[in-house]
Formats: sequence, structure tokens, C-alpha cells
Amino acid sequence: MKTVKVFGPGCKRCQTTEAMVKEAAAKLGIAVEVEKVTDARSIAMAGVMSTPGISVDGRLVHAGGLPDAGKLEGWLRA
Amino acid sequence: MTVDTHEPTVPRGRPDWLWHSGVLGFVAIWYAVYTQLIPVSEWIASLFPVDRHSHTGEAIAFFFYDVPKVMMLLTLIVFAMGVVRTWFSPEKTRALLSGKSEGVGNVMSASLGILTPFCSCSAVPLFIGFVSAGVPLGVTFSFLIAAPMVNEVALVLLFGLVGWQVALTYLVFGLGIAIVAGFVIGKLKLEGWLQDWVRDIHSGANTPVAIQDERLSMVDRYRMGIEAVREIFGKVWMWIILGIGMGALIHGYVPEDLMVRIMGAEAWWSVPVAVLMGIPMYTNAAGVIPIVEALLGKGAALGTTLAFMMSVIALSLPEMIILKQVLTLRLIAVFVGVVASGILTVGFLFNLIF
Repeated sequence: MKTVKVFGPGCKRCQTTEAMVKEAAAKLGIAVEVEKVTDARSIAMAGVMSTPGISVDGRLVHAGGLPDAGKLEGWLRA
Repeated sequence: MTVDTHEPTVPRGRPDWLWHSGVLGFVAIWYAVYTQLIPVSEWIASLFPVDRHSHTGEAIAFFFYDVPKVMMLLTLIVFAMGVVRTWFSPEKTRALLSGKSEGVGNVMSASLGILTPFCSCSAVPLFIGFVSAGVPLGVTFSFLIAAPMVNEVALVLLFGLVGWQVALTYLVFGLGIAIVAGFVIGKLKLEGWLQDWVRDIHSGANTPVAIQDERLSMVDRYRMGIEAVREIFGKVWMWIILGIGMGALIHGYVPEDLMVRIMGAEAWWSVPVAVLMGIPMYTNAAGVIPIVEALLGKGAALGTTLAFMMSVIALSLPEMIILKQVLTLRLIAVFVGVVASGILTVGFLFNLIF
């Protein structure tokens, strides 16, 4: 079980990102627990300066804009 | 938390050369269509059984010329800026600004505010990221003022609907306000007025980690440009239509002598009123500029109109509510006060000169 955090205050792109993560995980057959971090303070403390940001098992992999679908699969597989 | 700097390379669907020629082809077609816009719009307008110089005729020509023109300009410029911005991540901007002295730092910060991707929804994480890395408070403010106020959507619409002179004026004075306001806030030494938890990070007690920059191929940059176009259009089209509708109403129904009396250069009080009115109004550049165009056409003074537009775009209530998480009310009040004074000065100055 991988823990994926999606950092974002709840804008449309953040919701899209969350959906993309779930979709990619389902496609790869990887069990993930997606947690949304919406509190600005927690977002900032995680080192995310532009949202949406993504971390996989505590490792920050992406910040700012929608993730690339191919790269997203790479992060989930790693 | 560690960061993986080695991105797995993902095989791409299309070869790079196809992307490059695709972008070149798009620009060529864009140019060809753009140069044909006036004849085509005149031809379409001539199909309607109304006099070209009547109100309705003007409205039809406007609709078939200005609207496509603005949309085309937006597509090209937003794409270009989307690509350019991939070289200016917030992380890089922060590295450039950290430890910069005030003055030079403010100028750099305001300019980078135009080039760095910014969304008001991540204003707080960005603020923390800057302040925690040792970017001075005033320099951070220069960025936060310039980034939303001087943006390509505002500039393109001003250029397309009002003219390049006003667009350039807006660019120069928008930057000027961001630089000076940030400088003044820096000189006031208000670090103590940040919310407590932000102050702790500032002192280095609790520094958040930073993500490394990813390596991007040119094709990745194109993709991000396309994404920017899609996003801006998704957000902006409704405002443009609303704004153009409002503008048309002003064109058609607001008597000119009334406008001159309310927003003309003679009415000195109109500048502060325009600024005050702009604060609670929440629309983005796309909605306000068609209105600005109509106001100018009806004889509103340039300074008053600029002040109104800057206030609507730069001082917005929702953004202040977001910033409340990191700034105390006193600091927000100073921020609004300093920016509003800058806008007032620009308004009065232009009414005086023109």
C-alpha cells in the first residue's frame, strides 16, 4: 500500500490531479491511499510552493500544474 | 522527505521533429488567419442588412472582429508565455531572490513576478517558500503584487481592445507600483506582524524542504504551453463574454456627458472612488478590460480608468482572505494602504498629464 498525498487548497486542478492519481493507480493495479492536504500551512511545510503537489510515500515528486500522466505512472511504480 | 532528481524517461507518442514543425505550422497559420481578420469581418458584417456605420452595424463588426482577434492573440501569447514560464519555476525564482538586498531585489522580484507561474490559490505556500528561504519581506511583496496584476491576459486584452500605448502604460506603472510598494513595506520592517507560525519558519527554526527542478524536454514545454492555453480559456471565456456584454451596454446606454461628469479628469474625487469600488469587485482582467474600453470610449479619464482597473485586479477581497493565514490584519491593512496609494498616485498623475 502506497500513501500518496495531493497538496492543494481545493482548486479545480487539485481535484483533477487527485482523480489522475487514482486512475493511474487503478490502471497499474497498485493499491494506494490518496490523502488530500488542503491546509495551506501543511502544504507550505511540505516544501510545495506551487500547487497541486504530489508526494509518494513521503517523497515529494511534483509541484505546480497538472502532472504528466506518463511520469505519474513512473512515480507510482518506483 | 527526500526528492528524486532522476525522472524516469517516458517514451513519447510522437517524435520531437513533429512537435517542432507542428508549432511552426501553427504560428504560420495563425499569422495568415490574423492578417485576414479585418477583410473577413467586414465581409461578414456586410452580409447583414444594416448600415455599417449604424450602432448595430458597429456592434456586428465588433463582434466578428474584436472577439476573434482577442481570442487569437490570447491563444498565441498564452501559449508563448506558458512555454517561457517553464524556465522560471517558483523554486528557481526563490533561489534568485534569496538574500537579495532591497531595491535591486524589488526590481528583480516584480519582473520575475510576470514570468513565474503564479496562481492566487498557491499564494500562501509561495509566500512561506520565499520568506523561509531568506527572501526579504518587502521583496516577497513586490512579487505578490506584480504576479497577479501584470499578467499576459490583461496586457493582451488591453493591447487588443484599447491599444498598445495603454497596454505599455499599464505594464510600466503596474511594475512600478509593485516595486515601490514592496520597497516601502520592506522599509517599514513589519516582520513582527506576520502570523506567529510564519515568523518561526522565518527565523530558520522550521525550514520546509524544497523540490528539485525537473529536467524538461522542449516537447514537455510545448505541452505545458498547451495546458496553459486550455486552462486560461477554461477560466476566462465566460469573463470575456460578460465583460464584452457589459461594455456593449455601456456603449449603448450610458450617456456620455454623465460619464464625463463622473469619471472625467475634472472630477478629482473620482480616482479614490474608482479605487474603493475596485476592491470588493472580483473579476479578473478578462472581465474588466472590455468595460474599461467602453468607459474610455465614453470619455472617462485615462487615470481614473487605469486606477479602477488596477484596483479591481490587484486588490481583491478573496486574496486578502487567503493571505490572512500568513499575515496579521494590521499587515494586510498596510499592504492594501500602500498599494492603494500607489494606484491613486498613478491615477492622479495620468489625469494631470493627459
